[in-house]
Amino acid sequence: MIRPHFPTRFLQWGTPMRERTSGRTVGGFRNLFLQGPAVTLLLLWMLVPLGMTLWFSFQRYNLINPMISGFAGWDNYTYLLTDPALWTAMGNTLLLVGWVLAISVIGGTLLAVLFQQEFFGRGIARLLVIAPFFVMPTVGALVWKNMLMHPVNGVFAWLSNLLGLPVIDWFSSMPLTSIIIIVSWQWMPFALLILLTAIQSLDDDQVEAARMDGAGPLAIFWFITLPHLKRAISVVIMIEMIFLLTIFAEIFVTTSGGPGLASTNLAYFIYIRALLDFDVGGASAGGVIAIILANIVAIFLIRTVAKNLET
Amino acid sequence: MATLQLNNIVKDFGGTQVIKGVDLEVKDREFVVFVGPSGCGKSTLMRMIAGLESTTSGEIAIDGERINEVGPADRGLAMVFQSYALYPHMSVEDNMGFSLRLAKVPKAERREKVLSAARILQLEPLLDRKPRALSGGQRQRVAIGRAIVRNPSIFLFDEPLSNLDAALRVQMRIELARLHEELDATMIYVTHDQIEAMTMADKIVVLQDGLVEQIGSPMALYHHPCNRFVAGFIGSPKMNFLDVEVREASSEGINVALPGGDCRVPVDGRGVSAGDTLTLGIRPEHLKLDDEGPLTGKIVVIERLGGVTSLYLEHGDSEWILVADGDVAHRVHDQVRFSFDPTCGHLFKGDGEALDHLHRHPLVDIDRKQNRVSSAPGDQ
Repeated sequence: MIRPHFPTRFLQWGTPMRERTSGRTVGGFRNLFLQGPAVTLLLLWMLVPLGMTLWFSFQRYNLINPMISGFAGWDNYTYLLTDPALWTAMGNTLLLVGWVLAISVIGGTLLAVLFQQEFFGRGIARLLVIAPFFVMPTVGALVWKNMLMHPVNGVFAWLSNLLGLPVIDWFSSMPLTSIIIIVSWQWMPFALLILLTAIQSLDDDQVEAARMDGAGPLAIFWFITLPHLKRAISVVIMIEMIFLLTIFAEIFVTTSGGPGLASTNLAYFIYIRALLDFDVGGASAGGVIAIILANIVAIFLIRTVAKNLET
Repeated sequence: MATLQLNNIVKDFGGTQVIKGVDLEVKDREFVVFVGPSGCGKSTLMRMIAGLESTTSGEIAIDGERINEVGPADRGLAMVFQSYALYPHMSVEDNMGFSLRLAKVPKAERREKVLSAARILQLEPLLDRKPRALSGGQRQRVAIGRAIVRNPSIFLFDEPLSNLDAALRVQMRIELARLHEELDATMIYVTHDQIEAMTMADKIVVLQDGLVEQIGSPMALYHHPCNRFVAGFIGSPKMNFLDVEVREASSEGINVALPGGDCRVPVDGRGVSAGDTLTLGIRPEHLKLDDEGPLTGKIVVIERLGGVTSLYLEHGDSEWILVADGDVAHRVHDQVRFSFDPTCGHLFKGDGEALDHLHRHPLVDIDRKQNRVSSAPGDQ
């Protein structure tokens, strides 16, 4: 194809074809054609389940009694939103996400600083500290349940006995705290891994300049290391939040959401509705509420993160 | 306003000696340049003075007081890093005032000090910017400003200009020299660039393999290098070396044999006898094209710089570099004859040590300040 020597934009007033200075056209039919398959697949993948959830959330649909069916209007939603269990589950979700984020990010940052220091066997120690992240959630939760937090056989009970303290039955006396501990144990290594790589990219000269300026270890951490990690920390928060909003296996394996609703989060609540109460309609309405909640969180989060990444 | 003494400083990195016993005396308000090839230990030596590296043995003293055990912040020094090492998340003002903030200086006083440093460096319009919004030269000035704010007794510069482009480097060189006069401070400067060393130093310290080769004024190093290494390192293009046989030697001078006849170099020839082999060193700029000259060579490469032309000559095994004026019309492969003024020649013994010249060069003791118009009142 022979290109005219003068820019085509002077020839095609009002057409969507734009030309970069390099001469390549942006947009246009060819690009759409190439992007089409991928975008279509993604859209289908997202839209079909979303559409079905929305559809079911407006249906009377209970597996126990298939005779009851038909359009339900907002009934599923009003029933759900007036159910105090939903608000308990939502509160638990936020508590779980908030605490795990706080523990894993703060702990991960401190551990990253620690594991950046030179000490004997650092390579092995780094490997070991990251290991929990590679354990399956169900397996990890079972280990915690049966070997660590068990009131009779657990290591914690044994330690309490050794010190003459009363034994704590973790999962019945503080169920949500126990789950927060387990999930933090799993996610702290992830934060550590990301933050450790970030800390390694810190310019030594900056630290030395700060030392010359009279900064002690604490001041260096606060004024140099932490600002340097800001970006990495926001990435960790974003990724962890996506996964923490949907924690399920740990709850399923340990407390089953109990006692009562004490450790039920939104994901587990929807599970109870759909597969224990067989109320597909109500569960779908719960799903839609979960999507809305996740999006509210995501809008705030992605905005702050994006702002952080820009600068 | 401080002096610095190094007494037999040694640095040992796990069995490898990097600094092998350095003695140095830096006078008050002196501009001292450490120069040497890569890996000679000049940066390590500066980092030891700064306190960023420990000293294996020997003593570092500021104003006569031993500071080996004093932390880097409490030595009263400020360092400008090659990478500038600005704190990227702080504004220029916060960068410059960081040390004061750590020292819990009240905000108003801090701002005042930062402003006065910014005024010296013309940084006032940039105080609110972040380092990434600055050009290389501006970042450099901020790094210097950060040092000035601390009001140190000695400034340390670790190759501060090597990340700048050539034109800016020339400008910053002059600015640094001006700053030295304005601040009246002692400055130590590390570089591998001999032009920086020659133009800015009151005193140059030439280092090689962790040892001091020679300490002296720029002109002393140029005209009276104490050994072959210094002779080859100072001056560009490099000094020419040729092995020659001694015909006759006395305290009045040495006659050496050259291909085109003998020549008499005015150096102290005591301890040298006829028949010995010495190395003759002549700077390229002291060779001149001369149809009657005693030396001859074939041109291999011509580098024309406009004002001057460098000719790379070959004669048998020996290679010569000759700097002629810019109008030389010779072509590659031309055979040329050349000569030199024997008073500009240097003679080195087998171990590289130079034989003393009979006459000291008149400019050897010239002060750097005498090379420029001073801005300080009261000076000539």
